[in-house]
Amino acid sequence: MTAYLAKRLAVGLATLFVASLVVFSVLEILPGDPARIMLGMNASPEALDALRSQMGLDRPVVLRYLDWLTGMATGDFGRSYTYSSPVVELVAERVAVSLPLAVMALTLSTAIAIPVGIFAAARRGRLSDTLAMGAAQVGVAIPNFWFAMLLVYVFAVGFRLLPAGGFPGWGEGWGGLWQGFKALLLPAVSLALPQAAILARVTRSAMLEVLGEDYIRTARAKGLPRRAVLWRHALRNALIPVLTILGLQFAFLLAGTIIIENVFYLPGLGRLIFQAISQRDLIVVEGVVMLLVASIIVVNLLVDICYAVADPRLRTGR
Amino acid sequence: MSLLEIENLSLTIGEAPILKDIDLSISAGEVMGLVGESGSGKSMTALTVMKLLPHAARAKGRVVFDGIDIVAAPEAAMCRLRGDDIGMVFQEPMTALNPVKTIGEQVAEGIRWHTGANRPDAEARARAMLERVGLPEKQFPLTRYPHELSGGQRQRVVIAIACALKPKLLIADEPTTALDVVLQAQILDLLRDLVDENRMSLLLISHDLAVVTEMADRTTIMRHGQVMEAGETARTLTEKVHPYTRRLAEASTHVPERAKPADSGPGETLLNVEGVTRDYPIRRASLFSTQHSFRAVDDVSFSLARGQSMALVGRSGCGKSTLARMILALDRPTGGSIRFEGERLENKSEGELRPARRHMQVVFQDPYGSFNPRHKVERLVAEPLHLLDEKPDRARRRELVAEALEEVGLSAADMEKYPHEFSGGQRQRISIARAVITRPKLIVADEPVSALDVSIRAQILDLFADLNRRLKVAYLVITHDLTVARAITDRVMVMHEGKIVEEGDTNTVFDRPETETAKALVAAAPDLDRALRMRLARVSGG
Repeated sequence: MTAYLAKRLAVGLATLFVASLVVFSVLEILPGDPARIMLGMNASPEALDALRSQMGLDRPVVLRYLDWLTGMATGDFGRSYTYSSPVVELVAERVAVSLPLAVMALTLSTAIAIPVGIFAAARRGRLSDTLAMGAAQVGVAIPNFWFAMLLVYVFAVGFRLLPAGGFPGWGEGWGGLWQGFKALLLPAVSLALPQAAILARVTRSAMLEVLGEDYIRTARAKGLPRRAVLWRHALRNALIPVLTILGLQFAFLLAGTIIIENVFYLPGLGRLIFQAISQRDLIVVEGVVMLLVASIIVVNLLVDICYAVADPRLRTGR
Repeated sequence: MSLLEIENLSLTIGEAPILKDIDLSISAGEVMGLVGESGSGKSMTALTVMKLLPHAARAKGRVVFDGIDIVAAPEAAMCRLRGDDIGMVFQEPMTALNPVKTIGEQVAEGIRWHTGANRPDAEARARAMLERVGLPEKQFPLTRYPHELSGGQRQRVVIAIACALKPKLLIADEPTTALDVVLQAQILDLLRDLVDENRMSLLLISHDLAVVTEMADRTTIMRHGQVMEAGETARTLTEKVHPYTRRLAEASTHVPERAKPADSGPGETLLNVEGVTRDYPIRRASLFSTQHSFRAVDDVSFSLARGQSMALVGRSGCGKSTLARMILALDRPTGGSIRFEGERLENKSEGELRPARRHMQVVFQDPYGSFNPRHKVERLVAEPLHLLDEKPDRARRRELVAEALEEVGLSAADMEKYPHEFSGGQRQRISIARAVITRPKLIVADEPVSALDVSIRAQILDLFADLNRRLKVAYLVITHDLTVARAITDRVMVMHEGKIVEEGDTNTVFDRPETETAKALVAAAPDLDRALRMRLARVSGG
């Protein structure tokens, strides 16, 4: 088990290093000069040079890469060219929105999808299965921004229960927390819907596959009723593909939610990275991308640990 | 009064009739053998008793177990019966256990479920049961997972699960088909002991007449969902009143007519293997421990003459298949040399191997898995033709395919069909057609008939013998089944832990084995005539 984890961890760190190289070189090669963007098209060459040397852009590439790397290792991601504030602060502000949003959406989708998937698999071919999978089909097909607008129309405009957009921050005490939670609820629901639909389908097919295995028949031959077989023998075996999808979905939810962030005017990571790219704020782009890579590596590590917990065959390193 | 009584049982799945008017009864302490070819309804009969049938199945008739009407019994009543009064053991031990639960949990689970025992008590009983089936706690603690056990050990766990609560009836559906002969003999011994100890009844399902004859007091023979004949084993199989019984018995001891090896004389050497060794590295325990390796094939030397037919027998895991892969140049030896028609193979590049590849072909065990289901037979059989120096044009290719198909007893028109349109035996003929199309000098056959029913198996063995005679092709037949080795080979090599421990004339070696390995194989191999003689002796002796 420790060998398994050590190996996964080593792979994760290597990935992070390679990612840093790729991110840095890609942004180095891309056209667009941050100094010119900051000063505008009419800036004099002297002013541009001055700004470049002030930002350290005139130093050799290798040195800049090493600086950037050591900076990140000590928690210094540099200063944003456009916001003129430390990248770490910018990102921290946005993570305070994006991370809770992702966790809420994922919790919601898991809580709905896994029971629905198990239920549909257990009642395969019956009306309830057809209905559940039909609903999942619709869930996959509905664009989430449209569903988001529908939610706003019903719960914000209609019932006036929840805010239609914006994020007040996490505020003070329980009241502040509640305000933040309310602001994220509709976005979380609209993000969770398609995710839940996919997850329910994956859970169902994983369960069905497992229910066809020989050991399920062995368990039934032991005298266990159908329900006990489902929960005790099938579920844990079916979890492996479900965990894989969950890991992928979380990674997407962290930064792939730019459309939903725009619908609800949320200051999340997705919008930050979009703005940074359009303004050639390279240092922010680099910082956010590295953060995302790191978080995806962490999520994958967690998924790998869950695999090992669920499946003893992986613990021996085979 | 019988323990299990089946009368007029009919079963349909959807519209398809599966069983027709089955009668079968087992009394307490009796071993009933249920024999038949695949699709005869053996397993469905067993699953009807367990009431674990597929969804669309409908059973009609009377099935009474220990006074309980199974056909009418509600699911809750069946849950009480299953695993308590009726236990079941399945064919495939590798997949019959839940991979994420320990063997202790899996054995104790049924005990807890039925008796309401607490965990320590149930585990104590599980421990005792595992010990009873030959898995003592010292080597096999309850915390082992299935993947840490071999096939034979897993089958012991399955038996422990089925017998943990001393059932009145044990149903064993082909319990040893997936195991090698020595393991088979051990598992059958264990089942027999459990029957004797607890006066348990056993319904033993098998396609192997010899196994059933060794084990069963009475035998029921099924075909196409109907009972052909039933009665006392010794009488049924000696008198062979029913023509189908006679056909089965003949097919399972069938020996094709073959030219005496002496007639051809010691021919020119085709294949020469010298000092071949193959090591596989074992995973290191940690980065700093020394690299160990596992020797799968250990200093093997032999030679095979043109047109000669040689068997390679041994228990599973003894290195037979690794050796075959090296001969086929699919794997390279760690040491030693392999010469085919005088040319060394082990140091050649893929391109240089082409002429050799053309002259050696392979037939695998599974006629289902070795074809791409989306290709027509023409394309499948023509596959090895790319090894020829001159690529035949389309018309010539069709000619060659037609010839090969006719060679193996199929018709030229079959080349337009897809593999799923053929039965298992026909598919094995297609794979043989694919092997002979390049007119090879050597065919390596890896368990070529072990997936086939006895009657089809007899036909395929005939085909092998016939091709050997007509095309003068040499065989290396890998098998754990000594009857197959006897049927189509002149010489045999017995392999054990990577080494060839005995070599000689097939009949001589099997009649008078000299090494322990060969003796164990011969003793464990089921033999219909021997089993019948023993059973008759027992019957007349008392």
